Amino acid sequence: MSAPLIEIKDLAFSYNTRPILRSVNMTMPRGKVIAIMGGSGSGKTTLLRLIGGEIKPTAGYVKVADQVVHKLSRNDLFKLRRKMGMLFQFGALFTDLSVFDNVAFQIREHTNLPESMIRDLVLMKLHAVGLRGAYHLMPAELSGGMARRVALARSIALDPMLIMYDEPFTGLDPISLSVIGSLIRRLTDALGMTSIVVTHDVQESLKIVDYVYFLADGVIAAHGTPQEVKDSVTPFVHQFVHGEEDGPVPFHYPADAYQEDLKLENHFA
Amino acid sequence: MPKRIITSIQAIGHRVIDSIWRLGRAARFFALVLLKSTTSFLRFSLVIREIYFVGVLSLIIILVSGLFVGMVLGLQGYETLQKYGSESAVGTLVALSLVRELGPVMAALLFASRAGSAITAEIGLMKATEQLSAMAMMAVDPVARVVAPRFWAGVISMPLLAALFSVLGVFGGYLVAVVFIGVDEGSFWSSMQNAVDFRYDIVNGVIKSCFFGVTVTAIAVFEGFDAPPTAEGVSGATTRTVVTSALAILGLDFVLTSFMFRGVD
Amino acid sequence: MQRTIIDFWVGLFVIAGIGALLILGLKVGNLTSYNTGESYTLTGNFENIGGLKIKAPVKSAGVVVGRVTDIQFSLETYDALVTMAINAHYRFPKDTFASILTSGLLGEQYIGLSPGGDEEMLAEGDKIMKTNSAMVLEEMIGRFLFDKAAED
Ligand SMILES: Nc1ncnc2c1ncn2[C@@H]1O[C@H](COP(=O)(O)OP(=O)(O)OP(=O)(O)O)[C@@H](O)[C@H]1O
Ligand SMILES: [Mg+2]
Repeated sequence: MSAPLIEIKDLAFSYNTRPILRSVNMTMPRGKVIAIMGGSGSGKTTLLRLIGGEIKPTAGYVKVADQVVHKLSRNDLFKLRRKMGMLFQFGALFTDLSVFDNVAFQIREHTNLPESMIRDLVLMKLHAVGLRGAYHLMPAELSGGMARRVALARSIALDPMLIMYDEPFTGLDPISLSVIGSLIRRLTDALGMTSIVVTHDVQESLKIVDYVYFLADGVIAAHGTPQEVKDSVTPFVHQFVHGEEDGPVPFHYPADAYQEDLKLENHFA
Repeated sequence: MPKRIITSIQAIGHRVIDSIWRLGRAARFFALVLLKSTTSFLRFSLVIREIYFVGVLSLIIILVSGLFVGMVLGLQGYETLQKYGSESAVGTLVALSLVRELGPVMAALLFASRAGSAITAEIGLMKATEQLSAMAMMAVDPVARVVAPRFWAGVISMPLLAALFSVLGVFGGYLVAVVFIGVDEGSFWSSMQNAVDFRYDIVNGVIKSCFFGVTVTAIAVFEGFDAPPTAEGVSGATTRTVVTSALAILGLDFVLTSFMFRGVD
Repeated sequence: MQRTIIDFWVGLFVIAGIGALLILGLKVGNLTSYNTGESYTLTGNFENIGGLKIKAPVKSAGVVVGRVTDIQFSLETYDALVTMAINAHYRFPKDTFASILTSGLLGEQYIGLSPGGDEEMLAEGDKIMKTNSAMVLEEMIGRFLFDKAAED
């Protein structure tokens, strides 16, 4: 196998002064589905933004196809992004365009295909997510789950080499959920794409992914194949996979002691 | 007490420094928009679509206001001028005030509150809902694709709207003075044509409205693009667009007028 | 499909806007009375131009034959040097008389040309030798009072 598609080395990032990622190391080979899991607010979306070059790291680097993302010129970055797709956590459909035009957006922007061919391509992508019949609707007329599926269709419109899915499963009913899950798997296998899936849905994702990274405290806390993860006795992984409240993953955002915050000591002193 | 004074002075200082920052950002953004305008002209259909939203949809308010302003001018002008027996000069008064001042200025104020605020809200919401990020991730530059067409649409629409405002205003003045009150039609038009100079009055009015168009749309797109990505952020930015545009229009009008109409007439 | 409807409205809007500009130029303004290119310039020195302004009409027998294009103070003669553009259709004899007149009692001031009897005509760049200054109201009143006093 050739060099990995993505290589992340000692990656650090902070918003203002608050560190979100401290030192993340990952490699992602081509043609695989990789899951990134972690508590809410652990920096998963931030990590995807770093891979897409939307924000710049404070230290370390992300290499995609042997190019250091944050050192690319704007033109080169845009060239690279043409080969990337990203499904945003909240869909981010263009509200002034219909479902059809949303999916057709990239094709129209980046190619000179005739309108008849665009139509076929778009309907194919919409068919894949089960929404061919909804092509004429406006985004405001879609449910949350439908919007997410349209956004998925839009992100695969140009058959990119890398797709990043930010929580593709939230808001989907069990049927669409497994359809989308297997769609991600099939796209990866059939077109040789690489997929990064950020998700909380442990059970569903363990069925389709090749490798899992756990993100906690700004570092990769654990990683392994789905089988290794399921069998893991590491308290952290165990807690996450089985959804227990007590364990090394804190449920609370870092804060002062609860009692102090509520100014309780005076009353009980 | 002194502590409170110090904090309030600090607050003022912060605001001043913040405004300077913003002004710098706005200037840089403006340059960026100009730089990335090639797409707008290569794919002019993008601009046409926006002209529909900022120009065509502002037509009703512009036309109706123009008519009423002209009618009021006709009425007031007649009331005053007839005391001196020169009511035929009412055409001159209506036309000159519309072409030089009221047309460009009122149309720009209406345009800022009708179209400018809509531009800001739209761009701000696109930012808040990550549509701009999504676009950038699809390797499409949001400044070139979203901002520049709206900017040029505003710049193109503004002089046309101002001209329509003035024409409707003159018509309104004609309606009141000639049709309702009965000022002689011939002297109404001839005194107007004698006094209104094409080069000095009309062309300068058009130049003014071009300046206003650039100013209002530049403010609107910047406020939208710079808005904090929240509901409050967008609503605050929309308000700022209207307020800043109004101040900018009136201030700029004074500066332009003092350049244009000095020494002539 | 919708795009064509939008195009149609935008087209209509642009036509209306340009039409409005034309109306402003032709009906409201004096674009019609501009005869570009077909004029020649004359100059004249006036002792006092009163309230004469650039763009003021030049009339002969009440017909507008040209416009004032420039007013300068002349350092050689210490009076006002007025330049006017005269419509090329109209020719005036060398001994034409130019005076600054007022339309009505308080109306705008203009230059009136009264043709003389010379065979030769004024040509591009010529200077009108016979000029008459503006009537300045204060001077007239002053003269009137002076005359009255002299009578007594
Ligand atoms: N624009 C921003 N400015 C400041 N802080 C931010 C910003 N965006 C995110 N953060 C902070 O960064 C941290 C990580 O955010 P991120 O969106 O990456 O989390 P996440 O892992 O995707 O969480 P979730 O699973 O809930 O989507 C959060 O604690 C958040 O408070
Ligand atoms: Mg997230």
